[in-house]
Amino acid sequence: MAREQLEEYLESILDIEEKDGIAKTSAIARCMKVAPASVTEALQTLSDKGYVHYEPYKGAFLTDQGREMARKVKRRHRLLEVFLSDVLHINRDNVHDEACKMEHTLSDETECALCKMLNAPARCPHGSLIEACDRDVESCSACLRENHPPSICTRDEPLIPVTALQPGQKATIAFIRGDSSVVQRLTDLGLTLKTDIRLVRKAPLMGPVEIGVRKTRLAIDHAIADHIFVIACGEKAG
Amino acid sequence: MSGCRDCAGCCPAPGRPDDKREYVVALAGNANVGKSATFNQLTGVDQEIGNWPGKTVERAEGLLQYRGQRIRVIDLPGIYSISALSTEEQVSREFIAHDHPDVVVNIVDASALERNLFFTLQLTELESPMILAINQMDLAAQKGIRIDLEKLSGLLGVPVIPTIAIQGKGIVDLSDAIVSAVHERPKPHTIPYGKEVEDRIRKIMQLLPAGAGGYPPRWTAIKLLEGDPDTVWEVKKSSPDVASAAQAYARELEKIHGEPAGTVLSGERYHAAERMVSEVMEIHTPGDQEVSLTDRIDRLALHPVLGYFMLILTIGGLLIWTFIIGAWMSELITTFLAGIAPIQPLIKGTAADVIFNGAWTGFVAALTLIIPYVIPFYFILALIEDSGFLTRFSLMLDRGMHKMGLHGKAIIPLVLGFGCTVPACLSCRIIESPKQKFLAAFLVTLIPCSARTIVILGVVAAFVNIWWALALYLFDFLLIVILGRIAFRVLPGESVGMIMEMPDYHVPHLPGVLNQTWQRTKSLIWIVLPAYIAGSIAITAAYAMGFLEPINTLLSPVTVLLLGLPLMTGVVFVFGIIRKEMTILALAALFGTTVFSTIMTPAQLIVFALVTMLYVPCISTILALAQEFGWRRALGITVLETALAAGTGAVAIRVLTLFL
Repeated sequence: MAREQLEEYLESILDIEEKDGIAKTSAIARCMKVAPASVTEALQTLSDKGYVHYEPYKGAFLTDQGREMARKVKRRHRLLEVFLSDVLHINRDNVHDEACKMEHTLSDETECALCKMLNAPARCPHGSLIEACDRDVESCSACLRENHPPSICTRDEPLIPVTALQPGQKATIAFIRGDSSVVQRLTDLGLTLKTDIRLVRKAPLMGPVEIGVRKTRLAIDHAIADHIFVIACGEKAG
Repeated sequence: MSGCRDCAGCCPAPGRPDDKREYVVALAGNANVGKSATFNQLTGVDQEIGNWPGKTVERAEGLLQYRGQRIRVIDLPGIYSISALSTEEQVSREFIAHDHPDVVVNIVDASALERNLFFTLQLTELESPMILAINQMDLAAQKGIRIDLEKLSGLLGVPVIPTIAIQGKGIVDLSDAIVSAVHERPKPHTIPYGKEVEDRIRKIMQLLPAGAGGYPPRWTAIKLLEGDPDTVWEVKKSSPDVASAAQAYARELEKIHGEPAGTVLSGERYHAAERMVSEVMEIHTPGDQEVSLTDRIDRLALHPVLGYFMLILTIGGLLIWTFIIGAWMSELITTFLAGIAPIQPLIKGTAADVIFNGAWTGFVAALTLIIPYVIPFYFILALIEDSGFLTRFSLMLDRGMHKMGLHGKAIIPLVLGFGCTVPACLSCRIIESPKQKFLAAFLVTLIPCSARTIVILGVVAAFVNIWWALALYLFDFLLIVILGRIAFRVLPGESVGMIMEMPDYHVPHLPGVLNQTWQRTKSLIWIVLPAYIAGSIAITAAYAMGFLEPINTLLSPVTVLLLGLPLMTGVVFVFGIIRKEMTILALAALFGTTVFSTIMTPAQLIVFALVTMLYVPCISTILALAQEFGWRRALGITVLETALAAGTGAVAIRVLTLFL
């Protein structure tokens, strides 16, 4: 299976999983616009390679390895979308398809340079959250200031945005995205790195999120909360 | 070093008896920890209290006279940090550093000790004599929190006083501590941070020339490491090499930690605070099974459906209830005052008669606005605010406010605006970004305040029907949303998202609520009452001398041709600049009738109310806007809204006459 095709499958499964919990063959087929038979075949291959757990007639879900890979591609996809729409001013309707083709050939170095040039954007033009990168950093200043980005080193635990936590779930802050003013503002309110927090509640319609930290509770604008990435405690999210 | 010592003018002579001197004590601390309550208890001066973070936006002053000492108490704005630079943070920082208060009383919330100590640590860096007042000890005790005060005092090197400010407990101890502290000046210990940080602070301190900038050297060194723009600029002027050396050290720190030096230091402070808390605090309830009252109420108040339902019910109820009570009380007061002297704005006669009548009418008009409408409104609002519900409303409305470029906190000025525009404009200070502050004030001037509501009710609801009155309201809200969106695009500057602390609910504290109501009403009495009386005299006099007739003619192109209203309304609108509901009085006086349907058609009545609602904000509002944003912007809003009123009025009269 070509790498491009493999990555596309993983992306689709991630999307469907987030919506439905498990990716059914038929749903994948609809999403990828291919015949269900080819999906079954592809899932078998992905399963052999260790990217998905596949159970015939039930569907597939990503392994940790597969999820990591899918997230990485998604991140590139959305970064490219921001680039295409904000820098090159390509029509927003076309950026998705363009990005779909470009995402598979992007190197780590280019991805990092792109992220730096776009000033570590939080969301793609369609409003989906861009994942944190997998460099071993705790904030963006390392990339934004230095000429040589820090080496890539896979994080031990997957980072998830604080907004993706379930109400009541506890987590530890691992990464704050954005320039120093964002980081400083959050830090001064007690949201320092390695701090334990609890998501109290999410207001509907992307409203503010309420976070319990250091025995107090803060209501934080959704757009600001997008900058906070955490490692969930206890059972893994998703 | 000659000048100062030789001159007897400014420095107190060494032998001067001490008790003649006036001491200065500053209250500092996070927002919503009970600073204002402590201030009130200490000084007896009424300072607003509410369950709303960020209330004290200007520093308030009061006098504490205790054991023969005169102590000036300054209530600084509630802030979380003195590193980031909002106006409030700047006010506090400059006051502590430059005005050298004799003692800083740092008030902290016992149940949120860790976050509060972060700020305490920043204060210790400024090296002012300090007292720590641990407030809300009762609430902390309820949560099973026990704090070893002596140990904390030992760690910080300053006196630690427990208080329950709202009940006045511990205030005597605090006063005692203040009095002895102004003499003993207890300096806080230096709390060491991590080794990499401390090494660099020490190195920079060695480089700094003695007495640079008037700040303590350790503070200056820390600020240089953080890259604080003011400090860097200040140090660069005298010793550029120190500034660049400090920058190099900051880079080293950033290399080690992989985050900006400012964040590293904030992290260090929180780390130190955590350490301290773990030494002095014990929690006796199992932490996780607390489903507190606050949590239970929040499940309802922040429910995606029920929450909004409650919100609409509360705000709507607040408005309706106010105007039901208001109309009733207003009539009572008018009848009573009319018995003392007739209320007649326009008379001709002797100069004394004219002046008396003007003053009396203005006084009565102000009274019948403030007592029946504004005070009950502010009282109920203060109840909602003090209980903690208002913060929930702002959380629920945050998303909607984004559409107008504002955020949830703007709900407070907007709701206040239904009472009176003046205190609402002043309350816009709670919004951090200058752009959003101005935007909120602009929209507040369009909110139908109680005066405008009186006009809409008295003209449209009474003589057309209630539905047209409601339609006017709806149109106004629509206009606010549209103009908000446009202004958001047009105005330069940056919009900042909201980060707000969510306080626990509590049963409103009556003295506090009354205080808050009085505080807001007070700003009305200072600005609005004199403006009314003076304005009313001026206009009555102008009428008596026959100056008003030419105004009608002058304004007739707008009033008659554009808006299709009777000629006499020209003068009426001039009256309305003083106070909007004076338009009703003037209308009645000029036409000699209170049955307005006999002098204007329904369409004219609606347009009249519409124009009154939108044109020139009243003179008190213009003054308040000028005070907050300067004359250029105040007049800009005035001109814009007048044009808006004329424009919409002109369209409305032409459309309405078709089917009314």
